[in-house]
Amino acid sequence: MRVAENLNAALHGVLEAHPTTYVIGEDILDPYGGAFKITKGLSSRFPGRVLGTPISEAGITGLAAGLALCGDAAIVEIMFGDFVALAFDPIVNFAAKSGSMYGSRVPMRMVVRCPTGGGRGYGPTHSQSMQKHFIGVPGLSVYEMSPLHDNRAVVGAMLASGEPSVFFEDKVLYTRTMFDVLEPFRYDMVAAGNAGVGVARVFLDDPEAADCVIVAPGGMVERATRAMRALLLEHEVTCCLYVPSRLYPFDIFDDADSPASPGSSLSASPGVQGSGAARLRAGLRAARAVLVVEEGTEGGTWGSEVAHRIHRLMWRELRRPVVQISSADSVIPAATHLESRVLVQESAIYDAVLEALRD
Amino acid sequence: MTESSAVLARPPLPDDGDLDLLLLIRHFELALLDLFGQGRIDGTTHTCLGQEYVPVSLRPLLGETDYVFSNHRGHGHYLARFEDPAGLLAEIMGREGAVCRGVGGSQHIFRDRYMSTGVQGESLPVATGVALHLKNTSPGSLACVYIGDGTWGEGAVYEALNIASLWRLPLLVVVEHNGIAQSTPTARQMAGTVRGRAEAFGARHYRVDTSDVTLIREELAPLVSEVRLENRPLVVEFATQRLGPHSKGDDTRPREVVRDAEAHDWYRRLAQADPRRFARADEAQRARVAALVEEVCARPQSRWDPCA
Repeated sequence: MRVAENLNAALHGVLEAHPTTYVIGEDILDPYGGAFKITKGLSSRFPGRVLGTPISEAGITGLAAGLALCGDAAIVEIMFGDFVALAFDPIVNFAAKSGSMYGSRVPMRMVVRCPTGGGRGYGPTHSQSMQKHFIGVPGLSVYEMSPLHDNRAVVGAMLASGEPSVFFEDKVLYTRTMFDVLEPFRYDMVAAGNAGVGVARVFLDDPEAADCVIVAPGGMVERATRAMRALLLEHEVTCCLYVPSRLYPFDIFDDADSPASPGSSLSASPGVQGSGAARLRAGLRAARAVLVVEEGTEGGTWGSEVAHRIHRLMWRELRRPVVQISSADSVIPAATHLESRVLVQESAIYDAVLEALRD
Repeated sequence: MTESSAVLARPPLPDDGDLDLLLLIRHFELALLDLFGQGRIDGTTHTCLGQEYVPVSLRPLLGETDYVFSNHRGHGHYLARFEDPAGLLAEIMGREGAVCRGVGGSQHIFRDRYMSTGVQGESLPVATGVALHLKNTSPGSLACVYIGDGTWGEGAVYEALNIASLWRLPLLVVVEHNGIAQSTPTARQMAGTVRGRAEAFGARHYRVDTSDVTLIREELAPLVSEVRLENRPLVVEFATQRLGPHSKGDDTRPREVVRDAEAHDWYRRLAQADPRRFARADEAQRARVAALVEEVCARPQSRWDPCA
């Protein structure tokens, strides 16, 4: 199953299971089914709850927050994640704050979906990774789609959390296959933190004895695993890749402070094993190098936050500081040969691992 | 009976309940400015002095199942909905018994189906979503949003009006057009008119030029019913005036402009219409608020756990 189909199935599933759920966005109705076809078939099955809207990102995001305020669940599609800048106010000043600024908890079941990232030559305003702009907002969770995490569980967890979430979906992933990692690697799922979905680990044999730990979100899985394979074949370097589903709050190295909720989301993932945080920390402790990789452009990024967290948690146990790999501090050009100079490539990860292990 | 004789036949003052509520809001706001002046309240506040009659006149036109969205200048809206001056004052002062434990303060209140926020225009799309929910789940209910003339500078207003009109949602937009956006007169911030803007989206517009609450209700009742029954957005524009500063001591208007606003103040009109009855009610509400201020000031600080 392709990632796009899995996500589409997740939307079908949530609309079917919960009759108070809405999906809202521009050009999402059949027969068009959304710019990336993620909403295909939804409006035919659930007319009245799948709403094609005017080009009004702020308006429709605020509208979704109004539905959430009334106890409905609302999923908004922002056609290109770059445009979520237009909805910054309803997300940050309304949805996120409504959860707590009135003195007691107000559930807001709301997801803002953002097709994200470059690699398709769409140019500076249709290729960005906007995650960093939503990191550190109290009351707001940031998730990223991954080929290793079942979107049915992820969407369920985002809505069940009762907090608004922004869901970043690397566009390139849509055409890739779900639950598939490059040979000779395999992956498992460990429960850590309280995101409600596990953390995926991609590794060769022993995930807690790899030379190098790489932490990266779903959009980087393909580039990271290609680099891992080259490092293995050419240098016999082993890496373990950690892929969280929820990027913020980032707590995958913390013990879960409550049972992961909803329980069903974990059981929906293959091979989940309990009490993962301690084992993740063991992996970090054993590694000779730790890298954080993201596609967002450098400066004030999610990766900086993760590196800081790891430093604070394990400073005395790390062999060397965490290495951070981001795209260049630049606009993202349209022409393919220029774009590839800005965005993180497989070779950047490969080079950085070797450089880190050289010390 | 002709229309003019109907007006003449009406008692000069609104009934006791309305008069008391008008005066409660007036004295509540005056007390707040006084407390600020004495340094007994921190932060900021925006009083609705001069505009009290707007929510009072709407009070019987709005039901419990309706949602009300208020803005930064929302004390009157809250008091007209709940008549809970102690809870509101405690909220503004961060004292025990605060509606929102002191987290929201003057401009962020949430209680039942009433919510205020401090960002201009933000609540219009939210109210549109609420109106969609109401249309689908409890037909006959509506979402009411208070905004000002200055709010029309925000793009979110137009996105929401467009959708509400296009999808036929029960949305009531109440515009308190007081002629000034903080320090900027309307003529320097708005091209065209509120009516022109509302009608451009196919939303009905009605302008209220009086502060007579009984008359306002008569005019608005059938229009508000239409919002409920026909799911037709309505923009009601109150031509009103702000007597006080935008917040506290920041009034840069020429003195004659403020004097002109005062000349049209409902308070002065009603005081002249029936001096004895008015004075009695006025004194009663003044004393009520004064006692309330002392009582709330003596309360312990409100408590809240940021991680809750």
